[in-house]
This record gives sequence, structure tokens and C-alpha cells, in this order.
Amino acid sequence: MTTIAEKILARASGKGEVEAGEIVMADIDIAMIHDLTGPLAVESFNKIGTEKVWDSSKIVIPFDHQVPADSLDSANNHIFMRNFVKEQNIEHFYDVNEGVCHQVLPEKGHVLPGTLIVGADSHTCTYGAFGAFATGIGSTDMAMVLSTGQLWFKVPETIQFNINGSLKENVSAKDVILHIIGQVGADGSTYKSCEFIGETISDMTMSDRMVLSNMAIEMGGKTGLMEPDAKTYDYLKDRVSGENKSRLKAFIEKSNLKTSPDSASLETVDIDVNNLEPQIACPHNVDNVKPASELGDVELDQVFIGSCTNGRIEDLRDAAKILKGNKIANGLRMLVIPASRETYLKALDEGLLKIFVEAGALISQPCCGPCLGGHTGLIGPGEVSLSTSNRNFKGRQGSPEGEVYLSSAKVAATSAIEGRIAVPEEE
Amino acid sequence: MKGKVWKFGNDIDTDIILPGRYLIYTDEEELSKHCMEGLVSDFKSQVSDGDFIVGGTNFGCGSSREHAPIAIKGCGISAVIAESFARIFYRNATNVGVPLLEAPGISEIVEDGEEIEVDMEKGLIISESGKEIEFKKLPPFMLEILESGGLISYLRKQNE
Repeated sequence: MTTIAEKILARASGKGEVEAGEIVMADIDIAMIHDLTGPLAVESFNKIGTEKVWDSSKIVIPFDHQVPADSLDSANNHIFMRNFVKEQNIEHFYDVNEGVCHQVLPEKGHVLPGTLIVGADSHTCTYGAFGAFATGIGSTDMAMVLSTGQLWFKVPETIQFNINGSLKENVSAKDVILHIIGQVGADGSTYKSCEFIGETISDMTMSDRMVLSNMAIEMGGKTGLMEPDAKTYDYLKDRVSGENKSRLKAFIEKSNLKTSPDSASLETVDIDVNNLEPQIACPHNVDNVKPASELGDVELDQVFIGSCTNGRIEDLRDAAKILKGNKIANGLRMLVIPASRETYLKALDEGLLKIFVEAGALISQPCCGPCLGGHTGLIGPGEVSLSTSNRNFKGRQGSPEGEVYLSSAKVAATSAIEGRIAVPEEE
Repeated sequence: MKGKVWKFGNDIDTDIILPGRYLIYTDEEELSKHCMEGLVSDFKSQVSDGDFIVGGTNFGCGSSREHAPIAIKGCGISAVIAESFARIFYRNATNVGVPLLEAPGISEIVEDGEEIEVDMEKGLIISESGKEIEFKKLPPFMLEILESGGLISYLRKQNE
């Protein structure tokens, strides 16, 4: 009679059961801060005056937003955070060479089904793909977590997207989530635990599942949960260590991390993806979604493939398959940024980077890149970007007079060749 | 509280409130210089202490950056009034001491530039022409947090 969110928050708050609407104080399993939101959280932590963090083994600090430092200000932020890591003996610190936080945490085995994870980054909901109740928080809330290991939560109601059907060859997980956000709107799931279930999800790789969970926040969701299964286990089994190995096994074997259909706080939305076409989020809101076929002629100045949404090896394979033997359009800039060092190495081994460079693209070190318009690859006034990232807000990738469209890696690669938004032919 | 209205539309996101390229700063003064930069140039120098931001639905959607409400605070805005707020922004603004007043229907009642009055005790907003609209009153503990200037100052006061 309960939802996944209720089950996890009941365990974390030490209660037998909790129900939606209840406010609970919960123990945090993992807290993540990065180079950009970390300094504010640490400043607040210092103001509270606690000498030691609650548990130096449960705090994960990746540097990813401005790596390597692109200004004296960011170099200073990095120094400030490295000092914090040293002073507090933070066990899991990933410096400028590991990659984007939401890719690094699962890769390094910090994400377990059934756990409660908070991150000072709104896309922390990505870990919901592994069955973790994971949500983004601000710096003051994070300061409290660093200090006490606890935070209060309002137990959310659940909105469950029951997704069925097979995706066409030129359609990806990104098109599914853009379609859903377009349907429910940018505030369609505010304060709710989003859940994605159904045969389409069962068929998806972990990489695809992460795309959906990642973008739950773009419809206001507090989490983007999925039921852990054999694929979850296979992804994590060689990545977790120590006691987490047996915890992982237990979670999967018990396999009770499911929402009962008769849960009181449950709303269900059925989504059929059999006839879904490639989708595009148009400027300047993520819920301004249209089928690519209805867009007309959109000329592009820049194409970006990367980010915590679509910078994984599967995305790079999709893009390389399309770009192989082709050149990007004249006058167009293309940036390919693998989401992590692991992804980068795989892309290197598989020869994908050569394909991109031959096509005329730039390869950058694993980082957030132009996604948030703070570091590299910014667009200027009047310029148009097509991006596989998660937000197209006004000014998101640089100039407020620029325009950002969002798509899958398949559409981005095809568009880079054409110089305008274009979809791959169906096979 | 009395002040002038700075009116905005629906889905005002945190990239509009404080663009990503300024997240390298943590200082309120520096952040406030770039507040609402995508929509209003030099917002800070145009607002007066005590003015209000009025928004539509889903105000503050997007990133978890606490830099956004800090920038608003640094401009001297006394409260943000909106049809509805995004979840993370709601917590962050309260935590840094910016009152958020949820007043469904506010966009219909007030116009950009007009002077309004906000009665926190009664939970009432009165427009220049005398129209009234209620907002959800804030519970006492939240008022105490806001009066202390944010959660951390509140906790420090409690510990003294």
C-alpha cells in the first residue's frame, strides 16, 4: 500500500511507515557537493560552527562544472574546496579529471537502490534510475546535512508514468522524457516523486533510464524513481565495494522496492511510445516540446553532445554511427564532451573520438561544458545551439539573446551534418 | 510592508534570476549586481529597498543554486509574491531569508510598477487601487527564520 518514496523515507527516518504529506527528519546515506555549489555550502557549514562533518565517508565531492579552472575565481574556489577535503578527510574526492558528478557517482559505486541521497545540484534526481531517493537541495540545507547527516523532508505524493511500446530506430530515451515533460508541463510534477515503469523502461539500458530520471526535475519532480532490477544489479555489482556489495545484493534479492498499485498517494499516467517521433524542446522552456517534423527550418551555429543527460558512451556511439565518414556543416561548431573519464576512455578505445574529430568536431575533457553557460563553448547574441543537455532557459548557454534547442544525441549528430535541425531517417 | 511591484511572467527560472556564469561568486553584493540580468539590465540599481517581485506560476524553477535567492536578497527585495513556486527555490529562499508569498490570482490583481501593501500578519496584499488578495500565511517558525535573516542566523540565535 506504499510507494517507493514512502518506503525509502520510512527507512531513512527510522519509522515503520510514513505517508505522503508527512514531514520527517531523515538520515542521509550520501551527500554530494561539487566545485560550483560546494563553496556556498561549505561557507554555510563554517557559519554553523560544527568542527567536523558528520561522516567523511558519506560525502562525495566531484569537480565538474569549471574544470580545469577557467578563471582566477574558479581556481580560488577549487583551492577552497580542496582545503575543505583535506581538513575534513573527505574520502571520496574526484578532482578535475573524473567527469560530471551525476555520471561519476553511479560509476564509482556511490549510488545504491533504496538509499537516500542529496546533492547540491538539481539533477541529483538522476540516481533515481538506480532506485535511490535522490534529490537536489540548496547550500544551506546542505550545510545542515554536512553538519548533522540529517534533513527534513515532506514525504511526496507519487506520479507514476507507465510507459509502454517499442521505440523506433531514430527515437531515444531523450525523446520519451521530452514528450512527457511537454505533456505535463514544467510544473506538472512539482513536489512529487516521479516514477517511471512499464515495458519500455524494462527494455532500456541503465544509460537510457538515467536520461529519464535526470530530467524529472524539469517537470518539477522531487525524484525520478525506477524499480531496481537485474540491469541495475549488473551495472553496480563490480562498482560497489565493502559492505555495499552485500547491501546491493540484499536490495535486489528482496526486490520489494516497488510501488503498490493501491497506494493512497498514487497518480498514474499512461504513455504509449510506439508511434513517438523525435522530439525537440524549443526556446526558452523545457516544456515547449514539439515533434522535430513540425519545426520548420532551424539553422544552427553550435551543436553540443554531452552533459549528465546525454554524455554517456551509448550517446557517443549513437552520434558516431551517424557522423562516421561525414563532415559537419560549414560554419557550424560541434562540441563533444564525454560525461566521464571512463566514458572518454571507452570512446577512445572504440575509435569514436577519431570519427568526431574527422567530422570536424571539438572534443573536450569531461565536464559540464556549455550546458550551464559558465565554462566553455558559450553562444553569443543571435546564435542558435542544439544541445543534448537538459535546459534551454534564456541565457542558459551564454547570451540571453541566444537560443537553445534540446534533443537526443541521434538528432544532434544528424543536425550537425545538415547545419539545421534534422532527424535521422528511419531504417 | 509597502513597495513597488516588479512584475514577471510564468516559469521564471534560476538562470534568469542569476545566470550560471556568476555562480563562481558567493558574495551577496557581487551576486545581486547580476540579478534578473537576462530580462532587466541593471535590475539592482533600479529597485528600491522594500520593493516586491511578483511572478506567475512555477517561480524559481530550474537549478538548485542558492545564489539565486541570495541575489534577490542583495537587491533589497522584501518579498517575492507568485502564483506558485518551484520546490527547491522555495526552501532555498526561506533558508537565506527571502519571504515567498504564494498568492494564486496575484498576476490578475497587480500591475508592473504599482505600489502595493503587504500585511504579513493578516496574510493580505492590497493593490494601489484597493483590491485585496489573500496569501497563505507563513507559520510562526518560518517568520522567525525570515526575521533572523535566514536559517543559519536563526540556528545561531537559538544556540546563544
